[in-house]
Amino acid sequence: MRLIFVLALASAAAWAQQNQTRAAAAEIHVLPVQGNVYMLAGDGGNIAVQVGKEGILLVDTGLQPMSDKLLAEVKKLSDGPIRYIINTHVHADHTGGNEKIAKAGTTIAGGNVAGNISDAGEGAAVIAYQTVLDRLSAPEAKTPFGALPTDTYITNEKPMYFNGEGIQIVHEPAAHTDGDSFVFFRKSDVISAGDVFVPTGYPIIDLQRGGNIQGIIAGLNRLIEMTIPAEKQEGGTYVIPGHGRLCDQADVVEYRDMATIIRDRIQDMIKKGMTLEQVKAARPTRDYDPEYGATSGFWTTDMFVEAVYKSLSPKK
Amino acid sequence: MKQLAASLFLLALAGSPLLAQIDPSGEWAPRFHEDQPERIPGPDIGDYLGLPINDAARLRGDSWDASLLTLPEHQCKPHPADYGPRGPANLRIWKEIDTATQKLIAYHTHISWQAPERTIYMDGRPHPPDYAPHTWQGFSTGKWDGDMLTVTTTHLKIGWIRRNGIPRSDKATLTEHWIRHGDYLTLVSIINDPAYLTEPFIRTTNWVADPRQNIAPYPCEAVTEVVRPQGVVPHHLPGTNTFLKEFPAKYGVPAEAARGGAETMYPEYVKKISAADKKQ
Repeated sequence: MRLIFVLALASAAAWAQQNQTRAAAAEIHVLPVQGNVYMLAGDGGNIAVQVGKEGILLVDTGLQPMSDKLLAEVKKLSDGPIRYIINTHVHADHTGGNEKIAKAGTTIAGGNVAGNISDAGEGAAVIAYQTVLDRLSAPEAKTPFGALPTDTYITNEKPMYFNGEGIQIVHEPAAHTDGDSFVFFRKSDVISAGDVFVPTGYPIIDLQRGGNIQGIIAGLNRLIEMTIPAEKQEGGTYVIPGHGRLCDQADVVEYRDMATIIRDRIQDMIKKGMTLEQVKAARPTRDYDPEYGATSGFWTTDMFVEAVYKSLSPKK
Repeated sequence: MKQLAASLFLLALAGSPLLAQIDPSGEWAPRFHEDQPERIPGPDIGDYLGLPINDAARLRGDSWDASLLTLPEHQCKPHPADYGPRGPANLRIWKEIDTATQKLIAYHTHISWQAPERTIYMDGRPHPPDYAPHTWQGFSTGKWDGDMLTVTTTHLKIGWIRRNGIPRSDKATLTEHWIRHGDYLTLVSIINDPAYLTEPFIRTTNWVADPRQNIAPYPCEAVTEVVRPQGVVPHHLPGTNTFLKEFPAKYGVPAEAARGGAETMYPEYVKKISAADKKQ
């Protein structure tokens, strides 16, 4: 069991290294979603950008080597100040650009400040769930100080209002990690879902950082509740996934169905007393593998099955 | 005077673009003489006969529970572009013309059941990038091959090729040939799906011109049909779907044939199962 974890870590480290190298050369593609919101897709996680009279808000900052390109693309969308960054979770493909992007912005500061008030506004505010800060600021994370969240929340939800629309930051407990947030732009009708929803493969469950298949499914059900499709189950609320193409409710429904059906199968196998190796051998994902499966790379089908099995197994 | 009239006529001809193609625009009423039992009452559970599917698609079909369609989030799904013409498909086709140049920009289609509308771009524009959304009707471009309109569709949402749980992935591409012979319209549709099909799946569908046709609106409102705890997704666990036995028993179809596969599409397969029957 320990060997598998070590292999997974090694694989993740190799994947991160590959991503860092590839990211520097990768292009960033800008897709207008609707209202004030754009989706920026490149190597690393998808980034949502909201622009308006009050400035710029980013959801996630991609991989660190992409930061200069990201800044250049954001500046094409607006010459306003970058005011806020919201991190959907802790991973480096979503927080890697925090330091450089935050430094390029200015937050809105006030109150009692020693010295010059403009100094207090230096750098964009970085908002995240508390556990994101906890993990990034742990000594082993070696995160530069300038990349850390500056404004955390511990409640189910953090509301804010920026660029003429209400923004709900919704915490989804124990899903992809223990610090996931959805960001819902209410007037633009767009949700940035982070890695709770990654339709390019099976759900990625970071057990070491508090993830769980039950939380992933709860998160997908929450997304279905939050989204309202337009006529004929299409469009309406758009969902920017952590990775992959722009989606709507019907795509989330299909993904939720898959995750639920596989969870139910593995749960049934656990009830029958099957071991992890027996469950893997029974291939409970085999009908979905052509859509979501992988035999190599960062997150394989085997790793997904193992994470679901461990999520559902009684803690010893 | 005669010479002037002739010159004006020739000038007028020179100014008009040559119309080599037969316009498919109009109101079309569906004909169901092909595959009627599958298309109107609907396919039996576990009837995969004649489908070039792989094992993964079979298990999707075996796991499918029709109660899935009672979930509010599933109730208003339209048929995707590749399945829409197979259902109750009163069809309207109309042209979108650039008023300045009189060039054809696109054909549009509207189908009666759930009222899905498609756009088939004829102006040579490229298909969207892979990060663009997938839709029920996908992104379609067309070109004329003589009198036949050939349409290529990508960016489809995950859909179905038979209404008993046999899936079609979002990696699939759809190629269509629209052929008009006077008052008859034939659609040849070819699905290539690297995820769930081992060979291209080809179907034909027919309509007859019906200028008196008026397609009614098709509003859809999702309601709670069955009260369930949140998050329940109806499905059969592998090996537990007892309904799978009904189709082969009802029609006297060998159980192996009911499981489908590319082989079951071809006439030679009848000889194979006849020979197997005789041996028994």
